[in-house]
Amino acid sequence: MDEQYILQLKNISKEYFGNKVLKEVNLNVKAGEIHALVGENGAGKSTLMNIIFGMPVIHSTGGYTGEIIFDGKTVDIKSPKDALDLGIGMVHQEFMLLPGFTITENIKLNREITKHNPVSRILGDIMKSLDIKAMRKDAKEDLQKLGMDIDEWLPIQGLPVGYMQFVEIAREIDKKNIRLLVFDEPTAVLTESEAEKLLEAMKKISSQGIAILFITHRLDEVLSVSDSITIMRDGEQVSHMNTKDATLAKIAELMVGRKIERVVHEIRESKNNNEIIMTIKNLKVNMPGEEVKGLDLEVKKGEILGIGGLAGQGKIGIANGIMGLYKSSGEVYLGNTKLELNNTRKAIENKLAFVSEDRRGVGLLLDTSIEMNIVITSMQVQNRFLKSLFGIKLFNIKDDKAIRSWALKMIKDLDIRCTGPTQLTRRLSGGNQQKVCIARALTLEPEILFVSEPTRGIDIGAKKLVLDLLVKLNRELGVTIVMTSSELGELRSICDRIAIIYDGKLEGILNPTDSDADFGLMMAGKYGAKEVV
Amino acid sequence: MNTQIDISKRKQTSKISFMNILANYSVPILFVIICMLGIYASKLNMTYILNEIVIRLSRNLFLVLALIIPVMAGMGLNFAIVIGAMAGQIGLIAIKVLDMGGFTGFLMALLISTPFALLFGYGTGQILNKTKGKEMITGLMLGYFANGLYQLVFLTFMGTIIPVNNPEIILSGGVGLKNALDLKFIQYSLDNLIKLDIAGVKIPVVTILFILVLCFVLRFVIKTKLGQDFRALGQDINIAEVSGINTNKTRLIAITISTVLAAWGQIIFLQNIGTLNTYNSHEQVGMFAIAALLVGGASVTKATIGQAVVGTLLFHTLFIVSPFAGKNLFGDAQIGEYFRSFIAYGVIALSLVLHAWQKYMKEHNKEKLG
Repeated sequence: MDEQYILQLKNISKEYFGNKVLKEVNLNVKAGEIHALVGENGAGKSTLMNIIFGMPVIHSTGGYTGEIIFDGKTVDIKSPKDALDLGIGMVHQEFMLLPGFTITENIKLNREITKHNPVSRILGDIMKSLDIKAMRKDAKEDLQKLGMDIDEWLPIQGLPVGYMQFVEIAREIDKKNIRLLVFDEPTAVLTESEAEKLLEAMKKISSQGIAILFITHRLDEVLSVSDSITIMRDGEQVSHMNTKDATLAKIAELMVGRKIERVVHEIRESKNNNEIIMTIKNLKVNMPGEEVKGLDLEVKKGEILGIGGLAGQGKIGIANGIMGLYKSSGEVYLGNTKLELNNTRKAIENKLAFVSEDRRGVGLLLDTSIEMNIVITSMQVQNRFLKSLFGIKLFNIKDDKAIRSWALKMIKDLDIRCTGPTQLTRRLSGGNQQKVCIARALTLEPEILFVSEPTRGIDIGAKKLVLDLLVKLNRELGVTIVMTSSELGELRSICDRIAIIYDGKLEGILNPTDSDADFGLMMAGKYGAKEVV
Repeated sequence: MNTQIDISKRKQTSKISFMNILANYSVPILFVIICMLGIYASKLNMTYILNEIVIRLSRNLFLVLALIIPVMAGMGLNFAIVIGAMAGQIGLIAIKVLDMGGFTGFLMALLISTPFALLFGYGTGQILNKTKGKEMITGLMLGYFANGLYQLVFLTFMGTIIPVNNPEIILSGGVGLKNALDLKFIQYSLDNLIKLDIAGVKIPVVTILFILVLCFVLRFVIKTKLGQDFRALGQDINIAEVSGINTNKTRLIAITISTVLAAWGQIIFLQNIGTLNTYNSHEQVGMFAIAALLVGGASVTKATIGQAVVGTLLFHTLFIVSPFAGKNLFGDAQIGEYFRSFIAYGVIALSLVLHAWQKYMKEHNKEKLG
């Protein structure tokens, strides 16, 4: 039985600093099949791929446990080179192409065909001439295998994105020993017609006996192209099925399904409250990797609005765009007044506050004290915590006394665990750093608080504290909260409504109690297709 | 599929081809115009100008060509060729001490300078590998630093640690080299081996042959596996690294080649000049060679042999005519002199600014597209 599998993973587990990210995962890929691997962000797909490729990050963090069997033999893959030698190739999500080189030169990069010349016989292989003719011939063949009829001597620069993807694949199949090819979300950057061509090419490759491991979020692609499907969730392999037994709804449900613990038990009747505090119209944000492409959304006063979706679909870009951290266009109204975009100061003056997802980069001055971190934005924008020097208004200096007393109050209210208000924020744990960020946002006395990925990189106990704190702020101070998170469970535990973003636009708004399948379909951009299935 | 792309490409190029030429060759075009005006204003006769141009081309082009490989390998303009020039001068000082003249002396100087240049190049490369992305400023500073070491050796070690007892080259106190060393004994040893006279223009055939050979060697290297690695590095060092190219070693080779060529170039330069300004000759080498290359339309990321030739031609034409033009126009040769150093440094600054601006615009456009 076992011989027909090209790759078998048995009971693979992996810990990152005591945090289990893979739990006893099994995966079997047959030779020449297209095997789809689906799962939410953080389900452990990338870690699994890193293990297969022997990426340094795995071995520098203590390795993994379990067994990898490749082509019937147990193997120990210690470096990407080992993986390449075995015949495992990877098509990267980001292109690894040199723009100024031709297609041929890229396909043959560092595997150029060379021939001897008089100089190289003396000075060694490095002075060998390139055999351009043979290289072009090989490249042409590779491209034809993919069903591409394109001049192999065109430069990469100026090619459509879809073509670049094909060149990348051609480079992998140019490696003669290739047995297994991993596609890491290859269609994410492609248009629909390009994606179709790619899927066709994948079928062609697999018909030549090369197995394909296909990682994707697009469930319809999975159904149309794959032979079998493995679904992962929270580091576990939850299901394996043949594609002919699968349906869209079934996959979606397995992908998302988990028990939801609601922190807030009463779901407030937000329908009764129709006062709109913020209206977003056709918002476009140019945040690399998290682009927003024309979003319409209304935020109701006093609610906790969740923004969810898969990574790269643009949910992170929304708050960053409104706060002016990334270039944006469109219209944002606060009540009836229009907010000036691309101006962080104006946004803060209009009683918006933002707790960034990039806590250590944007969120904190790491080598500055807790108290200064808490008040600095307020000092800069609102001129608070300042006193005039000798009564001269022009020379404002910081009011240490006021700062200290406010910081102490915040530390007590938010329960920031620290040695005192002068401790540097770098020394705090993730959860406490997050609280300092929230404290600073609160100091601005905002009407709307944007919180992005509030629990990222925080241990489980602290997660709950941060979420509780957000609920408390909402209920007791009446702050409207817009919370962006990759963790659907977290959104479903405290939000009143959850907006799902797909491809830079609003896919739909769900109640926290709606079914797993609905969430799964919406996140895959297939909500409209539900009725059809 | 194939035809579609071809057509769209062709359309693009034909539509903006004129603007493209203007944009791509703006710097050389500008300098051609300035040179024409300069030649006109200087009222010099053409034979004189042509003679001067030939002399200066044969004298300087080798040094300018030494810059090409590091640019190709993505290390920017190699300001550290100053260090190579020092190695060349070490070779010249050595033959002065050994008192070997003529063509043999010239070859000996090349031979002696080579191991020094290899060593210096290796050291420079090691340091530049630790300061990736800041090669130009590091190279500039390294040049200044090496200058200090050079002075230490030749100003205080000569006559003390290094026993040299030649009153012709040692300062009267017995320690340190003199400011200027006479190189008459090897002057024109290369240039005058074969000299052709075409319509009053004297052409140093062998020197030009040297330069031609270097051009062919450079072209050959570009076409080898090593050259391909250089080019890959020049485009994206990360991708080159991922595809298994040993980036550090390749960069080291690039800078070492450049340093050795600079040493030889400096010897060719000085055998024409005939005097070695012990403590100054190397100082301007980097600046002038780089300015010449930039005038030819090269940039921090792209330089070709053609650009080196055109740039050296234009830059030195300007050097020849500007004092005369200054004298004729303003009645003062000094103003022409000011003008030409203004040009030399201005060109470098302008080119660096243009480069930064283009890079910025590229990113800006990318943002817009997205």
